[in-house]
Amino acid sequence: MRILHYINQFFGQKGGEEAANYPIELVEGPVGPGGALNNMLGETAEITHTIICGDSYFNENEAVAVAGIAEIIEQVKPDLIVAGPAFNAGRYGVACGRVGKLASEMGITCISGMYPENPGYDLYKQTAYMVETKNSAADMRKALPNMAALIKTFVEKGGKLGMPAEDGYMPRNLRVNMFAEKRGAARAVDMLIAKLGGEEFTTEYPMPVFDRVEPFKALASLKDAKIGLVTSGGVVPKGNPDHIESSSAQKYGEYSIEGIFDLTEETHETAHGGYDPVKCNENSDVVLPVDVLRDLEKEGFIGSLHDKFYTTVGNGTSVSNSKKFGAEIAQKLLDAGVSAAILTST
Amino acid sequence: MPVVHIATVVPISQTVGANRIVPAVAIPHPLGNPKMDKEEEKLMRRQMVEKALNTLTTEISEQTVF
Repeated sequence: MRILHYINQFFGQKGGEEAANYPIELVEGPVGPGGALNNMLGETAEITHTIICGDSYFNENEAVAVAGIAEIIEQVKPDLIVAGPAFNAGRYGVACGRVGKLASEMGITCISGMYPENPGYDLYKQTAYMVETKNSAADMRKALPNMAALIKTFVEKGGKLGMPAEDGYMPRNLRVNMFAEKRGAARAVDMLIAKLGGEEFTTEYPMPVFDRVEPFKALASLKDAKIGLVTSGGVVPKGNPDHIESSSAQKYGEYSIEGIFDLTEETHETAHGGYDPVKCNENSDVVLPVDVLRDLEKEGFIGSLHDKFYTTVGNGTSVSNSKKFGAEIAQKLLDAGVSAAILTST
Repeated sequence: MPVVHIATVVPISQTVGANRIVPAVAIPHPLGNPKMDKEEEKLMRRQMVEKALNTLTTEISEQTVF
């Protein structure tokens, strides 16, 4: 088993921040932490080559760096790529993750290690196996044996790793088909009994962790406020022109309501596949209250209604997609000078 | 930019972290009620929207269900 190891300028002993623009260098054999890792691997595998690359160089010239590393991979033909460990070094973690993605595209497995809050984990967890480390290099003496153990398991299992907890890597947020001995209901009851008995159990479906934001300060007045409308109820122009998915939405829509004073059966409908659509298809104002907001605009209760609304389907839609949609929609509303927004959910 | 969430299942709204929450009528028609005639329904919708708008001018220090 031949390993190509990716490390940054610091662990490659080229220097610290002042050497962060160090371009890609290919060295034979292990360097820095690779030496200790190589010893731990014993007969299982050998680090035959090391790529050293400055963190800033990689991140500021990503396309060039990725192309260069792809060439090296073609040339070295490793059986496995190891990147890091990167701990909580953001640029290094992102570089390790990106190398993992490249490896995966080239059909080679990548094993890395980093702190769970390193952005490299969130960005690239699906295309590499990442061992959890602490947030600083002081954890090297634990991180390396854990990475070595995962590499050995990888070799023993013929390249097919098991579940994250079983083989010692962080969850990749992937669903994999598998056969279980017991049916779901029995497993759920087993878990419940364990929970009630205060024993340890492992959920098969971890709930997402939601962040919290401070309440934003109130508007001084509604009279000059521009109000935006956003919904997860799937209200779309009739015919759903952008084909927003009826569940697990991959996109949101931005639609004009300029000159529209009422949503009717002829103009709008819902794309949402998770609730009875009859009422909304008849009169989408029951989900997106354009009619009364136009009245309130005309009467001067509010300054104006923003002439675009934003919509997606909140039916099995992932938290990560929702966060992405939310951030983009919020930015568009801010750019349009919207002072406050009404969000409706079904 | 203050935001108000009009939602029927208030516990979900609270779980995902909305700060200004206005409870709604029902999942398929948060701002409608098929039992009402059109005028009555629109009046009810207007009252809900006014309530939601008024939360935007109300200072809060924590998650609040109005």
